[in-house]
Amino acid sequence: MKREFGLSIAAGLTAVLVAAGAQAAEIRVLNWNGYGTDLEWAVKAFEEKTGNSVVHDYFNSEQEMLTKLRTNPGAYDVVLINSAFTGQAEKEGLIQAIDTSGIANFADIAPNMATNPDLVPGGEVYGVAWTWGLTSFAINTDAVPTTPTSINVFWDEQYKGKIGWRDDALESVQFAALATGQDINDIKDLDAVKAKLAALMPQIKTFWSSENDWNQFMAAGDFVMAPYWSGSAARSIAKGLPVEFVVPDEGAIGWLDGLSIPTGSKNVDAARAFINYMIDPEFYVRWEAEGAPATANAKAAAALPDDSFNRTVLGNAEIVARVQFMQPVSEENRKAYLELWQELKANSQ
Amino acid sequence: MGATLRQRDNFRAVLLISPAYLWLLVAVFLPLSAMLFFSFLSEGPFGDGARQLVLQNYLEFFEKGFYSKLLWRSLKLGAVVTALCLLIGFPCAYVLAKTIKGRWREALFLLVILPFWSNSLVRIFSWAIVLRGNGVIDATLNKLLPFEVSVNLMFTYSAVVIGLVHSYLPYVILTSYLTLQAIDDSLIDAARSLGAPRRTILLRIILPLSLPGLVAGGVLVFVPVVGSFMEPRILGGRAGTFFGTVIEDQFVAVFNWPLGAALSFTLLAVVLLILAVASPVLKRAQ
Repeated sequence: MKREFGLSIAAGLTAVLVAAGAQAAEIRVLNWNGYGTDLEWAVKAFEEKTGNSVVHDYFNSEQEMLTKLRTNPGAYDVVLINSAFTGQAEKEGLIQAIDTSGIANFADIAPNMATNPDLVPGGEVYGVAWTWGLTSFAINTDAVPTTPTSINVFWDEQYKGKIGWRDDALESVQFAALATGQDINDIKDLDAVKAKLAALMPQIKTFWSSENDWNQFMAAGDFVMAPYWSGSAARSIAKGLPVEFVVPDEGAIGWLDGLSIPTGSKNVDAARAFINYMIDPEFYVRWEAEGAPATANAKAAAALPDDSFNRTVLGNAEIVARVQFMQPVSEENRKAYLELWQELKANSQ
Repeated sequence: MGATLRQRDNFRAVLLISPAYLWLLVAVFLPLSAMLFFSFLSEGPFGDGARQLVLQNYLEFFEKGFYSKLLWRSLKLGAVVTALCLLIGFPCAYVLAKTIKGRWREALFLLVILPFWSNSLVRIFSWAIVLRGNGVIDATLNKLLPFEVSVNLMFTYSAVVIGLVHSYLPYVILTSYLTLQAIDDSLIDAARSLGAPRRTILLRIILPLSLPGLVAGGVLVFVPVVGSFMEPRILGGRAGTFFGTVIEDQFVAVFNWPLGAALSFTLLAVVLLILAVASPVLKRAQ
């Protein structure tokens, strides 16, 4: 009797321990360094809320992220994957389908992002849309008094020799695809793109390669408008530079980051809780104040202060509808674009 | 007995020379041959895709007209920069070697070499500040002149030439200085006492005797300038596309190492060809 009692206590204790173990898991997150998930206050708040602790590992390129997933199966519970790579990770069996019923905030994600075909291959959610941003262009508001509505302002004779550009073949081709009214992910008329870019060459003053370049060249008057990234533009504006980010009628190039759960994760429930917290408006509003990309969660975007960049520019549903989200680019196309771009640069000398 | 002595001499010679050759092997030959190998691969040396040995990367140079166009542009840039370096560097070296003596010479020498000790990126970025519109030149001229001028050399071919000439000028000054200093002053004195005018002294005595230094300096400038990519990229803006920048793109932007390596070796071959064609002239100079 006594022995049985002892046994049952032991069994009970084990059950309690196992339950506690399930509740207080340690989840491992794989992400870019300094990209939201590893904010100290956020990790702390999540721990207080759910009892789960969070450990981070980082990657410096998409290829490195895929390599880490391939070589360490089961080592991670949450991974950030750009939507252009989600399909590849799914095909290689690196990530698992996510049961979104445990993610309360999932219903608030803007529909076009939640069901983005790259994140939801075959109708199953492999990536939960988290953040997004745009590659469009920005103007110096002192030099360009009226905000242009068309991307064709880059070809305006008036701005000859006052245009900045990024020396990037893929971006250049996609910009010209927008300007010629094409789908950036399925460029049918590459000759039109080439002709358009050839006409652009004399307009360009110089190439910029970093955010710092962009701000300096703009401030020195080297160019009055140039392609720019939404997050960088927000930072330039916050610095007090006379900059306005423009999303023209033709649209803009969008990128979308999703959170996925790797195959072999031992803490799927905790991982889903973490993803839920990451798309929570409460988390996002605080992150946005420190400089964040746009959120995929419509409710979170609506909760932002009225004057915030992500609300006025990217929170506008009409603007979001114009965005063409970037899909994976085949090696073949990448090579063809580079060749086209180099030839144009060489011939314009 | 004689044979063993000869053998021992040979052995000692090999022993003495071997460190130099070993160094050449490790530091020059091995990396270069690795690159040569890459240049024949169909895929980059990453991942585990199937790779074959192909000539495609070299054919690319001939198939795409813009590569040879850019190479020609780079060669012209090399010629212009070399000519300017010689034109500016030789008089500088002459003044240093023949006119200025003592402390001043040391001080001026320091000024010549000083840029050499600073990082080349720092030098190029300083030029960017000077050449830009509203930059140092522009602002100074507008302060001094009664009328408005606008000097904005930034992002032009001239800016690239200025930056490169400044970077490579010390090579010409140093090599010319060495040969100029070796010229015996009494030769010049003798010519003068025999009534030779300055021009004749320069053309018949000083130039021929200092030609080896000029040639060495010229080659030292021409070869790296033809392959330069950093200066054109920063100072040239849109006008800064050269053969070197295209090679850099292949390595760092698209990771197409095989094509980048093939283009590099094409450049090497062309430069060697130019030096070979010019070698009778260069030899006479020595």
